[in-house]
Amino acid sequence: MSSSEIWIAFYTILRREIRRFMRIWPQTLLPPAITMTLYFAIFGNLIGSRIGEMDGFSYMQFIVPGLIMMSVITNSYSNVASSFFSAKFQHSVQELLVSPTPNWVVLTGYVLGGVARGLCVGATVTVLSLFFTHLHLHNLFLTILIVLLTSVMFALGGFVNALFARNFDDVSIVPTFILTPLTYLGGVFYSISLLPDVWQGISMLNPVLYMVNAFRYGILGVSDIDVTWALVIICAFIICLFYIGLTLLNRGRGIRS
Amino acid sequence: MAYAIEIKDLKKRYGNGFEALKGINLNVEQGDFFALLGPNGAGKSTTIGILCSLVNKSSGSVSIFGVDIDKDFPGAKRYLGVVPQEFNFNVFETVFNVVVTQAGFYGIPTHVAEERAEKYLKKLDLWDKKDTQSRMLSGGMKRRLMIARALIHEPKVLILDEPTAGVDIELRRSMWEFIKELNEQGTTIILTTHYLEEAEQLCRNIAIINSGEIVENTSVKALLKTLSSETFVLDLDETIGEVKLDGYEIRLVGDGSSIEVSVMKGQNLNDVFAYLNDQNAKVVSMRNKSNRLEELFVKLIKGSK
Repeated sequence: MSSSEIWIAFYTILRREIRRFMRIWPQTLLPPAITMTLYFAIFGNLIGSRIGEMDGFSYMQFIVPGLIMMSVITNSYSNVASSFFSAKFQHSVQELLVSPTPNWVVLTGYVLGGVARGLCVGATVTVLSLFFTHLHLHNLFLTILIVLLTSVMFALGGFVNALFARNFDDVSIVPTFILTPLTYLGGVFYSISLLPDVWQGISMLNPVLYMVNAFRYGILGVSDIDVTWALVIICAFIICLFYIGLTLLNRGRGIRS
Repeated sequence: MAYAIEIKDLKKRYGNGFEALKGINLNVEQGDFFALLGPNGAGKSTTIGILCSLVNKSSGSVSIFGVDIDKDFPGAKRYLGVVPQEFNFNVFETVFNVVVTQAGFYGIPTHVAEERAEKYLKKLDLWDKKDTQSRMLSGGMKRRLMIARALIHEPKVLILDEPTAGVDIELRRSMWEFIKELNEQGTTIILTTHYLEEAEQLCRNIAIINSGEIVENTSVKALLKTLSSETFVLDLDETIGEVKLDGYEIRLVGDGSSIEVSVMKGQNLNDVFAYLNDQNAKVVSMRNKSNRLEELFVKLIKGSK
């Protein structure tokens, strides 16, 4: 395919993905907005007012970056996982397989569809958080870079999950049993400096901790970890997951007999 | 001139050890109307799946218009349009979007895609349904939608896998008129069907596949010539008693208002008509007892077992 044809194919996939999650907005955009509003109201306002400051910020201000990141992570992941698995399930993925669209374009299109939903939800949650607290931006470039890279990484994860999934249970296993615990234990609600040394060490093995802290650094200017490390780890994950996703796609894992 | 489809020693063994294709060789000429027939599980869908990249082959080679799929599969795919057996479009998309989106996967600009979508949806009587979610269509409409979608990049080869299954007679006829028109314009058509009279009426060449092997590959005409006998049913204006004609096998049907005549190779019906004329029996209508191709098909499949 020529570069202009590749661009059309990519744009077609991306447009279809965005149209999909916009069409079913009560399932895709509304729930995270409601959930996060409840988090802000209960944890930030009611309980947070009794907790006091954390790292020099009110508890509400402290948890907002983590909650934004949490919604970006889960939505980027689940968008690609559910969309690609549904296409597999109803065989509409064959529309792409019979076409000359290169596999890397298929992968990139789906991933950026997931990123689009992650960013949409992230922006919605950010706007909602402003009803509860004020945020100042410490480093705009870093904030945008981290949120973009994180959503790319988890969208890639969702794609690999969808390739392996054989039924709808397989699509929900990873978010429920891996993603949610990692996110909750990834410093969304607390600074790891509050933990005993052993648990601090164990927490350092959690990749979500790096993303949440790097994002928090971009907004508040405080972090438990070195932001450079966060960028290195996220980029390493992206490269690995892209390679795995593309290799599986080329082999036809879960989509060709 | 390159073949539209050239298959050499194509083998497919699935993960569970089942050998679906045992080294088939098949050539389809450009512009042909070709039938690929076989019983369920014979290897038809596997062959088509390999052609359009839904199934990975185990070994062998496949070329589409001279383009080897191992060397340039995307290039080969451009020549191919596929209408699969099962509905495989996004059921929540509108009819128009299903077709235009497919064009996008071939790198066709939106304005061209929209013009073509209008052309093919109108040809297939789906234009008034363009804004309807595709899940709301009837079975026949869904089939026509898949044909419109397969044609959106104007392929040189159109593969139709059981396209008329579950489609009513009137619709089936109009669908075949349209497919014949496409073939006359130069599109190579490859058809699999269980309606053998369709294959007999439409196709010029034929391959019969059974248990992963090609058991016959010839022209429809040549194949029909190999029929050793044909059975006709003759309806008479009045009942008739005993019928005896030397050299012919004739049976009374029901109360004797119809007879079945088996005509061997070298025999003709004139003798039968002359005999009936002598008996003052008038023939009011005549038909084949069963489809000729069907008889051969059953014979070939049984013979290959």
